Amino acid sequence: MNAQGGTGATNGKLKVAKYWASSCGGCDISLLEVGPHLLELIEAADVVFWPCAADFKYDDVAKYPDGYIDVCLFNGGVRSSEQEEIARLLRKKSKTLVAYGACAIDGGIPALANLTTPAEIYDVVYHQNPSLDNPNGVEPVPVFQTAHGELRLPDLYPQVLRLKDVVEVDYQIPGCPPQAHQVWKVLQAVVAGQVPARNDAVTVGCDDKAVCDECPRERRQVRVGGFRRSHQAIPEPGWCLLEQGFVCMGPATRSGCGALCVKANLGCRGCYTAPDGVEDRGTAMIGAIGSIIDATTEERAHEIVGQIADPIGTFYRFSLASSSLKGRR
Amino acid sequence: MADEQVLHAEAASAVVPGWEPRIIAFLCYWCSYTGADNAGTARLKYPANVDIIRVMCSGRIDPELIMTAFARGADGVLVCGCHIGDCHYLAGNHKTMARMPLVRSVLADLGIEPERFVHEWVSAAEGEKFAQLVRHTTEQIRQVGPLNWPKRMHDRGVGHGMDLQPWGDGR
Repeated sequence: MNAQGGTGATNGKLKVAKYWASSCGGCDISLLEVGPHLLELIEAADVVFWPCAADFKYDDVAKYPDGYIDVCLFNGGVRSSEQEEIARLLRKKSKTLVAYGACAIDGGIPALANLTTPAEIYDVVYHQNPSLDNPNGVEPVPVFQTAHGELRLPDLYPQVLRLKDVVEVDYQIPGCPPQAHQVWKVLQAVVAGQVPARNDAVTVGCDDKAVCDECPRERRQVRVGGFRRSHQAIPEPGWCLLEQGFVCMGPATRSGCGALCVKANLGCRGCYTAPDGVEDRGTAMIGAIGSIIDATTEERAHEIVGQIADPIGTFYRFSLASSSLKGRR
Repeated sequence: MADEQVLHAEAASAVVPGWEPRIIAFLCYWCSYTGADNAGTARLKYPANVDIIRVMCSGRIDPELIMTAFARGADGVLVCGCHIGDCHYLAGNHKTMARMPLVRSVLADLGIEPERFVHEWVSAAEGEKFAQLVRHTTEQIRQVGPLNWPKRMHDRGVGHGMDLQPWGDGR
């Protein structure tokens, strides 16, 4: 990629786009977190699509020539037909498509919905929620006939997909959300035309080891005799949280965030995607935990790991759509 | 069901005609694989539904291998290692014993029947135990039926999307 702009460019500036699919909007905010650097970005690039911040319509994007957008930052997973359609549209219109943030890369928090079914989700949302006022039991339907014609809503998909389940992805920037200093590093590289060689979903904006590698806490080589949750005790500062019995996703999470959570006395949540060589983050964590349990009998081992609350939701908090099995049967 | 009945169970399962369970067994080199060998040399009969993968130690059985087996179409997974206290590497199976309950918990939350995942200790001398374990596991998986994970995920758009057109105006 270079700074010559897209095929339809008139001012020589880069054309950038940002889209949100199945995500919370935090990724859009994280782009603003680069602060004054944003002005430098605007010097070099034109925003041509960004639903969160600028008023462009899908039709505007559809009218761009193919490959018009130089860099598209796509955050969020794919849960609906609308999101897949826009993902395919943006892929066609973009020279470089970047999966931005945990949801686009691994499904993120929304992918925990893969532990349930659309029918169960509808049941809770439209029938069971205590705060609900829906006496007629109305549910949304994708197609509805009115006197003025047919109305259509996007279809809800059976489960949350990653962006790369739907289209080819060139780069991925991990994080929930990606940290501003890493985002700025990537944007600088984009503006300078110094992006790494394009390949299938190259991970950028991070380091290539595990969070443990940049964690300032000390490992004392002690084994874990029991697990606790963060509201049950205050961890001792400076000592490995896992060794103190607080589940910390550090061993199964890529470095690059600066070990933010562990520095705040909280176990790593695990948002920065998988380190090199790890495919399934939950099983990597099960492997790591199995190696540090202080037990010589099966009963004791089962007792200790039984104290871990919600193993699947903890170990796959951000990565269920990327796991080996992807979701519930 | 008696062992003989299991052995002579119809090749065509009662659950899905023509279907035979496919079970991936991860066995440690020092005890369980030798136990399976023992079953073979003693000419004990057990169903041919099990595909054995030998690893050096049950502690080497990364839980990802178990998930991958299911993800690629196995109907069941069997994990065997030395009894606690017998590990050739002293504490390799201590790691296994701490990991397997977590694997079981995750599989349950993913809706995979407990019958499909069996973890058992088998020593080098326990050929009969191994044969019996395979007979029992095969039969209980035959009862729960095929898993067919790859098709399940393909039908939900994993790897290719669903490509439903919400507005259908050719945009």
